[in-house]
Amino acid sequence: METLMILLIGVLIAVATYLILSKNLIRVILGTAVLSHAVHLLILTIAGVKKGNVPLLEEAEAPYTDALPQALILTAIVISFAVTAFVLVLAYRTYQSNGTDDLEGLRGPENE
Amino acid sequence: MTINLAIVIPFLMAILIPILYRRFTKLHIGWLVLAVPVIIFIMLVRLVPFVAEGHTYSHTYNWIPSLDINFTTYLDGLSMIFGLLITGVGSLVILYSIFYLSAKESLQHFYCYLLLFMGAMLGVVFSDNLMVLYAFWELTSVSSFLLIAFWHHRKASRAGAQKAMLITVTGGVSMLVGFIMLHMMTGSYSVHEIIRNVSEFTDHQLFIPAMILILFGAFTKSAQFPFHIWLPDAMEAPTPVSAYLHSATMVKAGIYLVARLTPIFGGDAIWFWLVTVAGLVTLFWGSFNAVKQTDLKALLAFSTVSQLGLIMSLFGMGSVAFRLGYSDSTIIYTQATFAALFHLVNHSTFKGALFMMVGIVDHELGTRDVRRLGGLMSLMPLTFTVAVIGSLSMAGMPPFNGFLSKEMFFAAAIHMRELDIFSISSIGILFPVVAWIASIFTFVYCMIIIFKTFFGKPYENNEGKPIHEAPIGMLVSPIILCVLVVGIFVFPNVLGQYILKPAMASIYPGFAPADVLTPEIHAWHGINTELLMTIGVVIVGVMLYRKLKTWKPVYRIFPYRFSFNELFRHLLEVLESGSNKVTTSYMTGSLRKYVLYIYLFFILAVGGYFLFSGGFAYSSANDAPVEIYELMLIIVMLLAGISMLFVKSRLTATLLNGVIGFGVSIFFVIFRAPDLALTQLIVESVTTVLFLLCFSFLPEWKREDSPKSVKISNAVVAGAVGALVVVMSFAVMYYDEFDSISSYFENAYELAGGANIVNTILGDFRGFDTMLEVVVLFIAGLGVYTLIKLKARKEDTDNEN
Repeated sequence: METLMILLIGVLIAVATYLILSKNLIRVILGTAVLSHAVHLLILTIAGVKKGNVPLLEEAEAPYTDALPQALILTAIVISFAVTAFVLVLAYRTYQSNGTDDLEGLRGPENE
Repeated sequence: MTINLAIVIPFLMAILIPILYRRFTKLHIGWLVLAVPVIIFIMLVRLVPFVAEGHTYSHTYNWIPSLDINFTTYLDGLSMIFGLLITGVGSLVILYSIFYLSAKESLQHFYCYLLLFMGAMLGVVFSDNLMVLYAFWELTSVSSFLLIAFWHHRKASRAGAQKAMLITVTGGVSMLVGFIMLHMMTGSYSVHEIIRNVSEFTDHQLFIPAMILILFGAFTKSAQFPFHIWLPDAMEAPTPVSAYLHSATMVKAGIYLVARLTPIFGGDAIWFWLVTVAGLVTLFWGSFNAVKQTDLKALLAFSTVSQLGLIMSLFGMGSVAFRLGYSDSTIIYTQATFAALFHLVNHSTFKGALFMMVGIVDHELGTRDVRRLGGLMSLMPLTFTVAVIGSLSMAGMPPFNGFLSKEMFFAAAIHMRELDIFSISSIGILFPVVAWIASIFTFVYCMIIIFKTFFGKPYENNEGKPIHEAPIGMLVSPIILCVLVVGIFVFPNVLGQYILKPAMASIYPGFAPADVLTPEIHAWHGINTELLMTIGVVIVGVMLYRKLKTWKPVYRIFPYRFSFNELFRHLLEVLESGSNKVTTSYMTGSLRKYVLYIYLFFILAVGGYFLFSGGFAYSSANDAPVEIYELMLIIVMLLAGISMLFVKSRLTATLLNGVIGFGVSIFFVIFRAPDLALTQLIVESVTTVLFLLCFSFLPEWKREDSPKSVKISNAVVAGAVGALVVVMSFAVMYYDEFDSISSYFENAYELAGGANIVNTILGDFRGFDTMLEVVVLFIAGLGVYTLIKLKARKEDTDNEN
């Protein structure tokens, strides 16, 4: 299972990297979203999957699944959501004031 | 304790000055500052008998013991001389500056920098730990920079400050490398510990490189040829600064370092040649160039360069004694070092007086140009007296202290001729010859100072103001120095016994009893070679001065474009344009390029490590079994991911991203993480909505019209990154050297009173992290809000960059 998951994550990261390297603003933002999905899965997978029960003390018996990566991911999900929202608005403002969403066209006056 | 206080007080006062400056608006702030060096000077003078008896004093305060860096203060004869010079000349200079600088200048800055310098300089001479010494050393460079650029509205001041900074700091960094090498050899940063064990590592392969690097630092600081070019430019500083930093103290830091490290490196031939030859060349070049200067201060700058060379060469000659070992016949060579220390003190007295004299002339007349000056003798009699005493002492004339040390210098140079190690015998005659020629030029520029300024055609000033003597406050300091100049001539052995003797003991530890190393200084030795050389200097010097006009064209032989100044300027230009080219070549403003650099570094560094370390490992033994529905989900996500690259519409791409996101949340369910699954579901829904919302304001995306090569290179990088992550993850999965720390959290009920372990981690065990996470969320929210509300600024502010 872990092997398969890691291969999936590898593909997702490659996709995300390709999107980030493109010059369209929306593609780049989508790339970061995919990247955070891949990373969340990676953290959980590396801790080992299906090694125990749900980490709820009153609901299940020991052994429990490792709860630490879950806590980490919960934080990461919220942060990546905040960043995505912020970057989306930034893209909106950038387009409003510069009239382009092409990153090569946003290089600053001396480089154009 | 006293010594620690001596270092700390100037720094404390430097902090207080800006505050006090506002409080005491009526009083010239200099009077408060004056108390600092005076107090430290008195503190040190009280210790003089203690040190003169051969005692030393050391105190260690552990700072970073794990790196062997401790704040160790050490007081011995050598640091005592410098401590007295720093505080003694410092007191006089501050007294002088009170009358020199008007209250309109930004005095709080001036005195703040000056105190900073004083503290740093005391730190340099009292530190035993090389790392601490280095820190203070650089601090003197920084404060010197600030003081040279004190009148920063003048272009020349800024240029001079930059030049001084660049040259001295370059030397400082190389010195640091040398110190680290010393540590690698000896395992210690303590100078005295290194000196104790010196015999064990003189054959070490780092010994010579360390020596050369440290000497480079000392030479740049002490303005030795060819690094002397910064000192004349540094004369843009206010005159009190020139008198203090650039003649009496800071430029002697390099000399201090050479003296301090002589017991370590002194026995080596390379040390002897480098120090002696650099010193002699500097001595000659400085005095030769001083003659052609028309600005009195530039003249003094070159004369300082030359005198520093003299002292440096004497330390070089004195190091021979280490090579020969101690015997009755080698004592004679230690006398060069004695002369160096003696001249060090003498130079500070007469050069300080001369700088102050020039400052007075400049202050009263508004010019320092010898071509315009003249006839001031009757108008400024006291200033004239100071000039005569200072100049004649510098020229080595009796009855002034310069005469004594100059004679000893000649004697040392003559003794070099008799030496038959280091293959000197063939060229030994050059030592006294160079010394003699340089002394002639010294005599000539001393004559220029006296005669061109104070005799001849009277100065005509444009405003028609009457010229009068300087206020008494400005004259006090130079007159005190002149009294010292004469006083040392009359009672040289007081200085010799109390100040110079312990310093000799610290330069030649365990060599011979200090009494043996300290000669009786006599003004009259009978008719001997040294005296004849001095008489020769006077005769030839007077002739050269009278015929100045006829041989001055000599200076035009070397065109300016071959000078070291020009070389330095050219080097700086090449460096600036070169680094500009390098920076613009990769800082292109293209986001893709920047991200690419990061990815490439990641691939090369991490991938390269995997390739060469054999860190890769893989085992599927611990894998959980795969169910058929999981496989289906994996395939769905794979397809969604890959097709994102090819879809034509942004809407489809966003929905595919949603598919991946929901797939992730289903995996969370499968992997026993219900909280994550819930959160992911909500967040994914909101994110998708946000994307869709944003699309109504953004244009439909066009097909990527990048060239094929760009696309292919992107794909290669993306593939490599993905593969690398896979490889890394396998290796991490396989690694099981550490036990999991998670079992600790399974006591959540007892420790935190919650049954949901994930919740207790977030809300209790790592509650502070969660709070900061909320702060991040809040900041992002603020950012979103302001970006939306923000009205587009006016065009001109937008195009500011």
